Amino acid sequence: MAHSRTARRRWSAAIGLTGVAALALSGCAQSERGGETGGGQVGGTLTFGAAGAPKLLDPFYATDGETFRVSRQMFEGLVGFKPGTAEVQPALATKWESSADGKTWTFTLKENVKFHDGTAFNAEAVCVNFNRWYNQKGAAQSEAVSQYWLDNFGGFADTPDKPSLFKSCAAKDPKTAVVELTKSTSQFPSVLGFTSFSISSPEALKKYDADNVVASGDAFTYPAYANEHPTGTGPFKFGKFDKANNVVELVRNDDYHGDKAKLDKVVFKIIPDETARKQALKAGDIDGYDLPNAADWAGLKSDGFDVKVRPAFNVLYLGINQLNNPKLQDLKVRQALQYAINREQLVKSQLPEGATVASQFMPPLVNGYDKSLEAVKYDPEKAKALLAEAGASDLTLKFYWPTEVTRPYMPSPKDLYGAIAGDLQKAGIKVEATSKPWNGGYLTDVDNGVPDLFMLGWTGDNGTAHNWVGTFFGRTDNRFNTGKSPWGKVLADDLAAANAEPDEAKRTKLYEGINKKIMTEYLPAVPLSYAPPAIVFKKEIQGVTPSPLTDERFGSASKG
Amino acid sequence: MLRYTIRRLIQLVGVVLVLSLLLFAWLRALPGGPVSALLGERATPESREALTKQLGLDQPIFVQYVKFLGRALSGDFGVSTGVQPGDSAMEIFLQRFPATIELSFLAIVIAVALGIPLGYLAAKRRGGWFDNLSVAGSLIGVAVPVFFLAYVLKDVLSAALGLPTQGRQDAIGATRVTGFFVVDGVITQEWDAALNALEHLILPAIALSTIPFAVVFRITRAAVLDVLNEDFVRTAESKGLTSPVIRRRHVLRNAMLPVVTTIGLQTGALLAGAVLTEKVFSLPGVGQALAIGFERRDYPVLLLLIIMATVVYVVVNLLVDLSYAFIDPRIRTR
Repeated sequence: MAHSRTARRRWSAAIGLTGVAALALSGCAQSERGGETGGGQVGGTLTFGAAGAPKLLDPFYATDGETFRVSRQMFEGLVGFKPGTAEVQPALATKWESSADGKTWTFTLKENVKFHDGTAFNAEAVCVNFNRWYNQKGAAQSEAVSQYWLDNFGGFADTPDKPSLFKSCAAKDPKTAVVELTKSTSQFPSVLGFTSFSISSPEALKKYDADNVVASGDAFTYPAYANEHPTGTGPFKFGKFDKANNVVELVRNDDYHGDKAKLDKVVFKIIPDETARKQALKAGDIDGYDLPNAADWAGLKSDGFDVKVRPAFNVLYLGINQLNNPKLQDLKVRQALQYAINREQLVKSQLPEGATVASQFMPPLVNGYDKSLEAVKYDPEKAKALLAEAGASDLTLKFYWPTEVTRPYMPSPKDLYGAIAGDLQKAGIKVEATSKPWNGGYLTDVDNGVPDLFMLGWTGDNGTAHNWVGTFFGRTDNRFNTGKSPWGKVLADDLAAANAEPDEAKRTKLYEGINKKIMTEYLPAVPLSYAPPAIVFKKEIQGVTPSPLTDERFGSASKG
Repeated sequence: MLRYTIRRLIQLVGVVLVLSLLLFAWLRALPGGPVSALLGERATPESREALTKQLGLDQPIFVQYVKFLGRALSGDFGVSTGVQPGDSAMEIFLQRFPATIELSFLAIVIAVALGIPLGYLAAKRRGGWFDNLSVAGSLIGVAVPVFFLAYVLKDVLSAALGLPTQGRQDAIGATRVTGFFVVDGVITQEWDAALNALEHLILPAIALSTIPFAVVFRITRAAVLDVLNEDFVRTAESKGLTSPVIRRRHVLRNAMLPVVTTIGLQTGALLAGAVLTEKVFSLPGVGQALAIGFERRDYPVLLLLIIMATVVYVVVNLLVDLSYAFIDPRIRTR
């Protein structure tokens, strides 16, 4: 087996070399190829096993990882992320600066960039995109359609009761776009690196009726742009989405403005079953897939596959809802829960290699992470003492855990639940357990405040603290019902103030302070762990950098 | 005959109506729902409320049903929220149905091609080693769960035969005409594409065929045994007819009636098996859509797919009933 693989590699290397020689002869236009990684073969097809079909092909309307995975090969935003990190770096904008109040942002754009349809990328195109987002109408304003805009920019042009972060966009000259905001936010400009806010060709948007989302009975239908004509500036162009065969094909954009892609094609084969993905990789049907089960990592490695572990960019927490049991409004009781759980053991025995105990509600990569905070040590005796002090020695809690789901932060909910419940019982807390399917009642019950304790987590969209603690505690009627405690409102206000602080250094300080308070004075829930998810490829696939944001771009990939 | 067919078709309409009402209520009574499935961890109280309203799920079930019925009468069965959001449920059905038909058809062909001759042979040599062996084999066929067999086939046979283990076809740029990939390959004379699609079907079809094979085999055996004991066979023998003639004209023909009924019933039951087989082999068919739809609470798709499965089941069995007339002329004259 090993022998034949080496032989094959040599053979394809030979083909690749011939290809390189041919390209060298054909002129210097291709000289940029292979610049970034220095090596790798030109040509070939990367076949990736996707867990689901992309919802659609227009990333602006997407909320699902599979759409983003496909889109980010075809589209680019004004800013991007440095491979392997959550740090913002230039993309379609080469540089940017903000006014002192953080409300006016001037982007200098890359020149000589063309969309896949041959039209020019310039400041006007940028503004067409911003205005498109801001002017969504009717059904397109739905949570299920424009969720990322709603989450990050708020309202639309015709929703005065729901203010928007966006105010205006002006093309000062072809390579300078000026974006005005209504207030300062920590989210800018990194929010523009979200795949949702990729820049589309204005011509194509118009031609294919991109904004024509229709509410049809009990769901939404999308226009031709989102179905068949995504048109960006990225290293790959849309080929086709063969729905009957569950395959998406992208082809190399030979007019790409940067380092051109080495691969001829990227094919996404949709294989919903995880075991089937693993088998398909082993059988050679696919070259890689995302989120291999942590239990399979060692096996895949020993079979010669390249298991790339991403930096942990998620958090798993034990949610505490203060709604139904007044005892849970007592800080001592919540602290007792924290002392009662043996998180070190949990991380060692239930989570993938490289997982760590969470000291706060966001991982170290996020700006505002307080390095001085240390996770409290497991101490069941202290937990009992705290419960006794609070007069809650006979505490009984409704603990919900989900079935039919794995999340990067929660590979095996059942085992995690078992370990946590065991620890709680050791500290004298009675647990009434209920398990429900993730989409079959679990999320609904958690959102409706049915359980006292629940397991949930978050995978970050970007490296701003607002995307983490702001999402969890930025309001008082959240899943923890922090509004039941007097500090709930204070916390929400502090988070809003920190988010609005334009000065980055000051903002970081504010978030560090908030994180300290959350952990020492409020403890709305118990952060448990940061777990690194993985993505696996055949050894022949090179040039893919695992990203904490799952922002893996195949433009730099090669099949050697 | 025509009146009988029409009556059965009218019955079908009634069945579909009642079923749609039951399903409609039942799906909405399931815990969870599309709102949670769509919003996931990102849900906020407002977003949940807004989406519930937008999907019309805040209205009484009866109102929702009447609206659905109104649209359905004009051919609009709603739009998917989970399987392929934005596509109509009908589109999804039409895209995926050919995959399931190809798979089921091949499975039935395998089951019949093996089940009838083996059943006949076993009956002829009743009590012999061949009979005992094949009866035991058919028992295993019924007893082994489809998904288990599917995994075994994938791990063992695929490696040995080099057959693909997932999907309908490699991305080889085949032309699509009917949606039946094998047929398309033949029509367009893209023989590679036809062969590629056929190869993808072999392992799942074998997995799916085991239960119908076992059932067809056992029914054939029992029916042939029954017929062999009939007076008319003895009469034919005593008349001095040669045994191939007796077999063809008298035994097999008379034994076919229960066998054909069974094939009809099994064809309907194949959909249940297809859910598992399509899952294991990642075949984008109706079964896979049902599984994904259920997981994501895609009401319109689930509703339409289950109704269509019912229609297919009823129609297949109607065809089976009609075929009796050809097998047994006495029914025609009745």
